Amino acid sequence: MRGSAPPLGRLVPRRAREGERPVGVPLPLRLPALLALALIVLPVLGLFARVDPARLPTLLTGPAALTALGLSVRTALAATLLALLLGGPLAVVLARSRFPGLRFVRGCVLLPLVLPPVVGGLALLYLLGRTGPLGGPLRDWFGLSLPYTTAAVVLAQTFVAMPFLVVSLEGALRAAGTEYERVSATLGAGPWLTFRRVTLPMLLPALGSGLVLTFARALGEFGATITFAGSLRGTTRTLPLAIYTEAQADVDAAVAMSLLLVAIALLVILVARPKAVEGRG
Amino acid sequence: MAEHTDDATSATGRSSREAVAPASGHGPTGLTAEVRLRRGDFTLDMACRVRPGEVLAVLGPNGAGKSTLLTALTGSVRPERGRVSLDGRTWLDTERRIDVPTHRRGVGLLAQRAVLFPHLTALDNVAFGLRTAGVRRRPARRAALEWLRRTDTGELSDRRPAELSGGQAQRVALARALAADPELLLLDEPLSALDVATAPAMRGLLRRVLGEQRSPCVLVTHDVLDAVVLADRVVVLDRGGVVEQGRTRRVLARPRTAFTARIAGLNLVNGSAAGDSVETPRGGVVHGGVVEPAGRGEPAAAVFPPTAVAVHREVPEGSPRNAIPVRLVGMEPRGDAIRLRGETDPSEPETALAADVTPAAVAELGLRVGDEVFFAVKATEVAIHPVSDG
Repeated sequence: MRGSAPPLGRLVPRRAREGERPVGVPLPLRLPALLALALIVLPVLGLFARVDPARLPTLLTGPAALTALGLSVRTALAATLLALLLGGPLAVVLARSRFPGLRFVRGCVLLPLVLPPVVGGLALLYLLGRTGPLGGPLRDWFGLSLPYTTAAVVLAQTFVAMPFLVVSLEGALRAAGTEYERVSATLGAGPWLTFRRVTLPMLLPALGSGLVLTFARALGEFGATITFAGSLRGTTRTLPLAIYTEAQADVDAAVAMSLLLVAIALLVILVARPKAVEGRG
Repeated sequence: MAEHTDDATSATGRSSREAVAPASGHGPTGLTAEVRLRRGDFTLDMACRVRPGEVLAVLGPNGAGKSTLLTALTGSVRPERGRVSLDGRTWLDTERRIDVPTHRRGVGLLAQRAVLFPHLTALDNVAFGLRTAGVRRRPARRAALEWLRRTDTGELSDRRPAELSGGQAQRVALARALAADPELLLLDEPLSALDVATAPAMRGLLRRVLGEQRSPCVLVTHDVLDAVVLADRVVVLDRGGVVEQGRTRRVLARPRTAFTARIAGLNLVNGSAAGDSVETPRGGVVHGGVVEPAGRGEPAAAVFPPTAVAVHREVPEGSPRNAIPVRLVGMEPRGDAIRLRGETDPSEPETALAADVTPAAVAELGLRVGDEVFFAVKATEVAIHPVSDG
């Protein structure tokens, strides 16, 4: 048994042996599989067909597109950071503590994944709006008004994207088990030191892929943003919102910006290779 | 167990490592533990005491509660009732609500698997405990390298755990546990995950290292050989309770319960090492194969199973055979065979040996209790091990 062997009791998929014939796929499954792939790939290819390559540089460097891109990148980065600072600790609490209602809390974390983003945006609006139970006091005491600001964009994106980080980190923590942390304690390391020296370094790969997924989700956020933050050019009109707005007037510009998002998405999948996406988490 | 009541009565401090002064007042007193812990439908209920530098083997079948005891000592599980103290400092006292967390106890743990931190090199794994104790990086690494050398893994210091074999990883894990200078060393089946080829060398290393340890050590194992080679005393657990305890040699050579006899199941001839043989204090010599070399004159034991013994009325012919003169003191059926017990030295009843022979052989030789006979065993069936002084 080698040192790197996985803990007993964890299922390890058997690797295909060299020269082994693949397990056959029944015929009735092949056509639907092909259609599924076509449904994903063809529309994206259609985007490329729609755009005139000669006009692409001008369309992409237009002020509307550049402003939206800049705002998107800044807000998505801020949302990813916020998700890390808040969602990271939440993942550790969910994976490592035991308290009544833990299952319920875990279910709540999944809510934004299942909920239509528009509903999330509406919920944020009523909580933090001028007359909302939290928004009212914020305005009265601190003069803060969140809706229709860039901060609202970040909040909306965090709401929708944070569960991706929490779920992937919690899964990695559970898979790693507590064995290493117990050994660390016998070596005199308290909980905080153990977290920094043992848990965190072992979590880095999962953290990387979780952050990439979170960033990608935040970048593409539309529903919650438009409901909670509106579509104000320069302050809340992110790339997806700009695409939606432009599609009414200048279709070519909308398509060009869409291609930009497609390019970023491909980059995320090919370069960062989030494990959850590749199905070998 | 009257001796350890005085430990707790005068101890009044709080739950930190230095809070409670040793009750006796003269130096380290070792480990005292009384634990009652329910796990599912079985309850571990036992008490033990391990002196400084002493190795206590906890023997028993799977599910006897051996590893549960260790979880109570490390503090990863809180017993329903119990008291654990080390050198007079209280780690656990359920009545006084003292429960020192694992990282302030100073326990070193070597488990079945090495559990090396995968993101650190072998060297940094070993330096981990020193670093948490506040030692600076460079001196910590120097000391860690020294510990790697002591466990014969000095040349592996730059390797990651994934690049180590099971036996190498276990040696590094031992170095890591010892480098933290534990006040109590716990070994949880440290050899059971190793293959037949690497286990004897690791056992030999443990024996060498444990001989130099001043802290008490608790060794959990299901292998009698581990106890023979490493332990001064043994506690035999069955279904959560102690069925027998005492010095290793006595408990294994003369089990008081059938249960211990069943798990013991090995003959031991103790003496001093002399090449590929053991010389007994009364001048006898038993030849065998050397498993782990011992220096001439060091304590050693010849170990062989009762099934390897043949019984003769006269000294048998043939050079590779050992013939040990015994007086039969017991005869009982054991499955298809009959187990004979033979005393080699009436003044030391714990040196009795067992032989499993067929009923036909017993009838043919007309064996009776009290007869003077020879137990013969081939040298190839005998393993020579260096042993602890117990």
